[in-house]
Order: sequence, then structure tokens, then C-alpha cells
Amino acid sequence: MPTKESSRWEEETLQPALNKRPERKKSFQSVSLEEVERLYTPADVEDLDYERDISFPGEFPYTRGIHPTGYRGKLWTMRQFAGFSTPEETNARFKYLMQQGQTGLSVAYDLPTLMGYDADSPLSEGEVGKCGVAVSSLADMEVLFDGIPLEQVTVSQTINAPASVLLAMYLVVAEKQGARWDKISGTLQNDILKEYIAQKEWIYPIKPAMKLVIDTFAFCTEHVPRYNPVSVSGYHIREAGATAVQELAFTLRDGIEYVQWGVDAGLDVDQFVPRMSFFFNAHNDFFEEIAKYRAARRIWAREMKRRFGSNYERTLQMRFHTQTAGVSLTVQQPLNNIVRVAIQALAGVLGGTQSLHTDAYDEALALPTDRAALIALRTQQIIAEETGVVNTVDPLGGSYFLEALTEKMEQEALEYFRKIDAMGGMVSAIEKGFPQREIQDSAYQYQKAVERGEQVIVGVNKYTMTDEPSEVPILVIDESVRTHQLERLEQTRTRRDAGAVANALDKLKTAAHKHENTMPATIDAVRAYATLGEICSALRDVYGIYEEPAF
Amino acid sequence: MSNRKIRVLVAKPGLDGHDRGAKVIARALRDAGMEVIYTGLRQTPEMIAAAALQEDVDAVGVSILSGAHNTLCPRIVQLLREKGMDNVLVLVGGIVPQEDLPRLKEQGVAEVFLPGTSTEDIVKFLQDNVKPRD
Repeated sequence: MPTKESSRWEEETLQPALNKRPERKKSFQSVSLEEVERLYTPADVEDLDYERDISFPGEFPYTRGIHPTGYRGKLWTMRQFAGFSTPEETNARFKYLMQQGQTGLSVAYDLPTLMGYDADSPLSEGEVGKCGVAVSSLADMEVLFDGIPLEQVTVSQTINAPASVLLAMYLVVAEKQGARWDKISGTLQNDILKEYIAQKEWIYPIKPAMKLVIDTFAFCTEHVPRYNPVSVSGYHIREAGATAVQELAFTLRDGIEYVQWGVDAGLDVDQFVPRMSFFFNAHNDFFEEIAKYRAARRIWAREMKRRFGSNYERTLQMRFHTQTAGVSLTVQQPLNNIVRVAIQALAGVLGGTQSLHTDAYDEALALPTDRAALIALRTQQIIAEETGVVNTVDPLGGSYFLEALTEKMEQEALEYFRKIDAMGGMVSAIEKGFPQREIQDSAYQYQKAVERGEQVIVGVNKYTMTDEPSEVPILVIDESVRTHQLERLEQTRTRRDAGAVANALDKLKTAAHKHENTMPATIDAVRAYATLGEICSALRDVYGIYEEPAF
Repeated sequence: MSNRKIRVLVAKPGLDGHDRGAKVIARALRDAGMEVIYTGLRQTPEMIAAAALQEDVDAVGVSILSGAHNTLCPRIVQLLREKGMDNVLVLVGGIVPQEDLPRLKEQGVAEVFLPGTSTEDIVKFLQDNVKPRD
């Protein structure tokens, strides 16, 4: 809306400048292909009310953060995602990262583990230990956390379709260390909805898979009260090609879906929602990302109040982890990725993230080497210790541009909520293929914009080099990992009590058939050294497997 | 020369579910006038070769980001050749280290497209390299 003052400025100051030098482009767009205006002024934020919409940090609607002191009280947790090869190798990497000042652990599992197959399944061939660490049974998990005190270190596990099984393994390892379940903390990704939407690592059909998630909520609320049983993830939605608004909208709507399912299962909102956490991407477009995090907190607080009637501050406060955008890393001139990651990480910090993973510069080529992983961690330490951005809370709050963008993204996300609600919720929307199509469409539009040169990727479609200097060393994982894992698996199968395993698996099937909470039976099966593949097969027998809607 | 459209099977072998690239490529090839069949996720080399035969394709585009390319790609080529599809081009797209490229090509992969490749380059490669049929 032009004001008298802005019209005057346009006429007296802007127009002569444009006459002298036109702007470089007709339209300026964010990485989400959203139009950005030339200038933002008080007129762009005149509908916002400070107390109602922005408010003080630590107060509803938490736009400026959930802690009144921001990072002055406590820095974010520096939590580098790591996992490759054998449990022994990953255990060594964990210890190395902790020696270097990392403050939390985050486990990456390999594809067979993510899909619920053992290392000796024919489907696992070529994939054991490649994208993460290989875990087929409790025996692997014991090695993975050897010498890492689970009562003191918080561990995040990126596992989804078989999450309840890996949670059970984690709890049994903790127990064997002598750690008390009511003392341990950590996070299970366990966000199955975004698997159907984006990352596509599913096993069972959606509804039984949702039931398994709710089982973990109920179990943790009762027995592991400091543990976060879900990390509702926009990260993968964004990586699959979503815009920032789509990431925001689909992630929060997924979160609402979990809350609804929990409530429908008889859980108390204010008991389990405070333990739900979120996970967002930090992409290239600096202000769009910061606005996204601020909008996310505001939307979550308002929706928890409006939809579920909560007034409990820990239910209303959205806590989140951030990871820099793997998809933005380039194979070309890979050292440039260090700079991209630093800027993306800064956006996460200015957006008030609770924990952060910075990607290593070589991740468009392979899993990170020690050296690349170290630089990634140092990037966070430089932001925390040298830049001064941690000295004040929400330093960009009040920027006309940022506040206007925060508001715009909130409104656009709410528009998606209305569409998804009209479809009967997120599970129905996914069954209809709605978020999947929206994301595919955005991915295609972005690719076209890159090919037209409208979106610039340095080193890829501009400033390219035919003779690139210095190749970077990469981490190679060979097939000896599989041999090593097969040996331990065979030993485990020989040493365990086969009758006890069969019995435990039968009990798990019975629990699944009877719609009882599957966690106690899963824990018993894990204790008997039933393998991940065996446990998931038992559940596959009961639940069936998911079939994707046609492309 | 016939006016037959180029037919391409876009395939996702292995356990990896990251299908952004496969779907962008499928759509770009369709927009370029080709007939595209997408296999869906988690196809074994045997399933991919069977689909290529059944669909009578000119090329198979294999999307793979998991690091399992050295195991899966040569097997796909071998199965295609065993089924008599000698002229079917096998293209690979995804995260493949530079060191692995010569070996994949020796094993019969026609081309490997790394991250950052323009879809136009892939279209052009297919147009230039698919052998015309009667």
C-alpha cells in the first residue's frame, strides 16, 4: 500500500535513480521463486501488533524465540550427524567429535537399517555401511555406544520406519550401562509422515505406521519422560524440492497430525506435546530462512492453543533442530561449500535454533572425511564465539523486511492448512498424493529457473571452471564392511536362544494384532537379540507393506 | 528413419528413496517429447531389465545416490545384454565419485551425469546417441 511519504520518495528520489541506472533484473526472487520487493517500510508491518504478533522472547507467540535470554544463557547444541561403515568406526568418529567440543551425538544409519533389513538380506547388497552405520541387532548397538555414557550424552537417532525397534535397542543398551530410563534424553526422528511425502523410506502402510509412532509417544511419556520421541522434519521435504513455505506448512501440519493422533489415542496434550521436537532445513536464501523459523514458532503456538486448547507454555513452545541444505552443496569447486554452509548456519542461529548440524563441504561427493567434518563443526564454533550474533536475542526482530516476510509466510502456510484440513488431514492428503505433487512441481520449476540462469549456482551455471584446482580426498567405504557385519550377525544368531527369539517375535505379532502398545514386546525381542530384519518382518506380516501412488 | 519417439525407462535401483532427481529428469524428458516410464522405487536389477524389455525402451536412466552404483549398475547392463538389448543405452545420474567413472564406462554404462548437470544436456545426449530404429 503506497503511503504519501513513499509516493514522494518514489517520485523524488527513486525515479531519477532508476532513470540513470535501471535495476539489474525486472524481478528479484528468493530461492523459493518468491518475489521480493525493492524496499520494506513501516507500511509493510502496520497490521502487526508487537504484543500480539511478535512479543517478547519466551512469551506467546514466541516469534522472537522460546528463551527469554536467547543464546546468552545457553548456546545451541552442536550436533553433527555422523555414521558410516561399521559400529566400531562410527563409535570412533563419535569419540573424535566429542573430543573436539561437540556437545551432542546424532546417528546416521545405513539404508538397510533405515529400511528394516539385516546386513545379510539380498536387498542389502552394495548398501551395507554406505550411507550410515550398519546396525542389525543389539550386538551392533552395544558396539556403537561402547564407552559413551548415555545418561550424560544426548543422542539423536535418524530412523523412521523401524524407529520403535532402534529406540528399543537404545533403551536396552542404556539399561546395560546402568543408566536409568527416566534420566536419559535424546531424540528419535520417528517422523513417518515426511517419509511418504518426501524421503520415501517407508515400510508399512501409513495407518499402522502412525500407530507405531503413537506407541512410542505413549511409552516414552510413561517410562522415558525426558526423551523426545519424534522430530517432525521439514528438512527432507525441502531437500525433495519444496519451497520454504511448503516446508513450513507441511512440517507443521504433520506435527498437528501427530498431536491429533496422540489425542485420539487418549494421550494428554500437555504431557506428550512438550516432548515433540522439530527439524528444519537451512537453505541459501538468508532472510527467507530466518523468517521461516520465526513463523514456525508463531504458527505452532497459535495452533496448539486454537486446535487443542493448550495454555501450557511447553506445549506452545516449538523447539527445533536445523541442518544446512545438503541439496545446495555442489560437486563443482567443492570448497565453496564451506562458505555456503557458514551462511546457512548463520540463518539457523539468527532464527533461534536449539541445535544445529553443519554439512561438510565434501557431502555432494561422499560421506565426510574427518577433516571435512571438523571444518563443519568449527564453522559453528566460529559463529558462536567470534561473530557476536549471540550477544542479543533475535537481533533481526523489527526489521521491516523480516517481519513482513514472517507474516507473509505464516499466512501462506495457513492457506495450505486450510487445503489439507479440507482433505481430511495430512494422512488423507498424502494418500491423495497432494504434498508429493506440490513438492515435485516446485522441484521442477526450480530446476528450470536454474537452467534459464535466473537462479544462480556459483560454479555450476555461473563462474564455472573447466580446469578445477585440487581434487578433495573422499571417504571410501568398501565391501569389507559387509563381511565384517555378516560375521557379527552370524555370531549373534548362533549364540542367542532361538526359542526365546521365536517366542518374543510371536508376542510382538500378537500385540500388533490386538492393537496393544508394541513397545514392551519390541524391547523383549531386542533383549533376546532378535534382529532388526526379523522384528520388521514380523510386523510386515501383520501390517503389510506400503504401495506408493503412481507417478 | 522412423518417427518413433525415444522411449526411456527411468529407474531407481537399491534401497534409496531420494527420487527428486529421477522425477525431475522424467518430467524434463517428457517435456522434450520422449516417452518416459518410471519404475518407482526399490527395483532390483532384474526388475529393471525386465521392465526395459517389456517397455521396449531405447535407454535406461538409472538414478542412484546411495553409493551402491558399483554393485548395481554393472549388473543392470549385464542383464540387459543377456536379454539381447544390445543397443539400449544405460545412463547413470547421481552421486558417483570421479574415480568410479572409468570403470562404470568400461562395464558398459554409456554416460554418467553428475550433480549440476542441465536436463538439456541429458536430452541432447539421448537425441544424439539413441540409434534410430526401423
